[in-house]
Amino acid sequence: MINLEIPKKFMPLVGQAHQVAVEVFRPISRKYDLAEHEYPKELDMLASVIDGVNAGSGIDGAGAAGVRRDTSSNGDGANRNGSNLSTVLSVMELCWGDVGLLLTMPRQGLGNSAIASVANEEQLARFDGRWAAMAITEPEAGSDSAAIRTTAVLDGEEYVLNGEKIYVTSGERADLVVVWATLDRSQGRAAIKSFVVERDNPGLKLDRLEHKLGIRASDTAAFRLEDCRVPKDDMLGSPDINIKQGFAGAMQTFDNTRPLVAAMAVGLTRACLEETTAQLELAGVHIDHTAPALTQHAAAARLQKMEADYESARLLTLQAAWMADNGKPNSLHASMAKAKAGRTCVDVALGCVELCGSVGYSESGLLEKWARDAKILDIFEGTQQIQLLIVARQLLGKTSADLR
Amino acid sequence: MSTAERSMGLGLRALNRLAGSDLLDRAGLRKRVERSVFQGTRRGFRTAGAASRSFNAVARLAGPARQAAARAPGLFDLTPDDEQQMLREAIDAFAAERIRPAALLADGACATPPEILDLAAELGVGILGVPEELGGVMAERSAVTSVLVTEALARGDLGIALAALAPSAVATALGLWGNGEQQSTYLPAFASENAPAAALALLEPRPLFDPMRLETRARADAGGWILNGAKALVPRAAEAELFVVAAEAEGRGPALFIVESSTSGVFTEPEPAMGLRAAATGRLILEDVRLPSTALLGEGHREVFLECVQRARVAWCALSVGAAQAVLDYVTPYVNERVAFGEPISNRQAVAFAVADIGIELEGMRLLTYRAASRADAGKSFDREAALARRLCAEQGSRIGSEGVQLLGGHGYVKEHPVERWYRDLRAAGVMEGALLV
Repeated sequence: MINLEIPKKFMPLVGQAHQVAVEVFRPISRKYDLAEHEYPKELDMLASVIDGVNAGSGIDGAGAAGVRRDTSSNGDGANRNGSNLSTVLSVMELCWGDVGLLLTMPRQGLGNSAIASVANEEQLARFDGRWAAMAITEPEAGSDSAAIRTTAVLDGEEYVLNGEKIYVTSGERADLVVVWATLDRSQGRAAIKSFVVERDNPGLKLDRLEHKLGIRASDTAAFRLEDCRVPKDDMLGSPDINIKQGFAGAMQTFDNTRPLVAAMAVGLTRACLEETTAQLELAGVHIDHTAPALTQHAAAARLQKMEADYESARLLTLQAAWMADNGKPNSLHASMAKAKAGRTCVDVALGCVELCGSVGYSESGLLEKWARDAKILDIFEGTQQIQLLIVARQLLGKTSADLR
Repeated sequence: MSTAERSMGLGLRALNRLAGSDLLDRAGLRKRVERSVFQGTRRGFRTAGAASRSFNAVARLAGPARQAAARAPGLFDLTPDDEQQMLREAIDAFAAERIRPAALLADGACATPPEILDLAAELGVGILGVPEELGGVMAERSAVTSVLVTEALARGDLGIALAALAPSAVATALGLWGNGEQQSTYLPAFASENAPAAALALLEPRPLFDPMRLETRARADAGGWILNGAKALVPRAAEAELFVVAAEAEGRGPALFIVESSTSGVFTEPEPAMGLRAAATGRLILEDVRLPSTALLGEGHREVFLECVQRARVAWCALSVGAAQAVLDYVTPYVNERVAFGEPISNRQAVAFAVADIGIELEGMRLLTYRAASRADAGKSFDREAALARRLCAEQGSRIGSEGVQLLGGHGYVKEHPVERWYRDLRAAGVMEGALLV
């Protein structure tokens, strides 16, 4: 039966995540925006709290590992609201608090999502409770991840990795880095595999930390891999180069993590809208949802339009997560959600700064910070343009060779 | 008989009829077209309201019959229930096989062929809002079901969908807000073989129209009401036997009145528009129309009027979702087959991204519309959700209509392809108020 409300059973989880956002994230938001590269030590305590929330709620997945697909329960036809949905809901709340701090929450890295998505049971147990970053991008390969040059060569019981990785979120702070490398560049995307590398592996050398437009609470690392030796068992997925399957294994991670990034954007968008609504109320302007847009104050009409886009992004995100919970292929809808949420959060955040004037633009409030944070959400885990490519290929039935 | 069995029967009956029938009777259609062209082109030609049957209560209900609200749901769910799924499949088939092929002529003729309207009635689209006691088929009323039906019809053609659904807005208004006497007087006719044309008239002819500030006035007089004013773009106005009219009731605020078309002082004029032409839109003029006190619907409560405005907005969203889906369905094969510079134009990002954007925004429009409707069914407030759905559907629907034409280039501008009609129809979602209800 069609119902687009948040189920009651998730309310405690959402409430707890909101409390974390209010009590922990917001008070230190500005501090770590200004003190880039300083480790937010408040988060260690928080990580334990989150673990407690996960254990106590009876619901899996307040965090990044919640994206693992439970294939065992599919097929009975019953509607499920599971960990994909609960995860996007808690991510929305936490990012209402602060996106940068969410990104640097211990054990909640995108690498954890990658492990949850493609690791086997043995690996899952072995890496449980450890913080994993994700290293895909290289100086010469961003969106075109099939073009990566980092190589992995099997030598006895170990793979030897060589190459350069940039834009590794939590790369300095994490325990593990999931590194994408190719077994054979001549075989294209099918040869690309991911490897779990210990952060203290001597072959994994930290080059620098980036200075960024936003999400400054989160460290963004650049690495060199110099004869970095990784045990064979730490490769995720199958070692075979399956041309037919191509990128599917590695890309499965993205089907699962794109709704998470969309959820980050949705949370940030709501923060902007709530703050702007409050500021405009102070200025004597409020939205009247019964009146036509054209008879309202221009600022109210603008805010209402932004709210409509927000609602679209939010529901698309819930839809993508719900599909994952119910074993429906959601690659199209995950990209739709990411595309809409990514562009909406940038439009809304910049629009809110404009509506609030100097109050929005100055560092006295958080709107200007949110507008800087927002931009990354339309870039990482697949840019707006990459999402449009994926959506277009699926709608038009095109291959990546037809539509490049 | 259970509800499921009854609507199963309805769906099957309609499917059977669809399967058995061939193309429209050409001669009959042509005659209809000629008459309508004559009507549609004589601008300013004013006629008295259509002669109405005499609406009399046969058996009086002790109190108003109300359909139960749909069960309060628990989990997030985007799957229609079995009954909705079945109804939608029947209407999808009807829309593809009968509505779409008739749309071009209906648009040109400013009228929907009566055969199409009869078939729609057989599918039960007109009586979703009629309580079972009075001949309706659904024990539960559901705005979501109405949205699914409206969307599916509009995927065939938005104008024909409006024509087919216009009477059901009046039936739904009576089912939701009518008292026992009003229901037993008017509703049985809607469930009969020969259901009346009827329309919900809310919009008024002026810029920046706000439904909460009506210029149509209802003056209290001798225990009844006297109505004066004009209503714009009323679907099938000329043939409607019954109207529900929005007017500012003296001392009460905006309210709904039941107006039989044969009442003295009721006039209609053809008012063809940019789109919605198959719905034969007309202007309704009320000149000292004297109504009994029993004509006031919902006891003139402000909340009833507000709910009416919002349910209408959700219905217009559903229409725009259906028409926008039609655009996506149509441009997809077109851009894949159209070759320029040696390859399909869909191999170019400028074209492919435009299609992707249609797909993304359409899905968002659909979800906002479903949410507003499902909140209405659950008895929750839905003014915010209806308003946001309307904003998105008005803006994106119109843009999708424009992109549909653009993607076909010059071919999109000529009537050989339906996209120019959708361009005109999709603009309506941001303009119209009233006319339909979910």
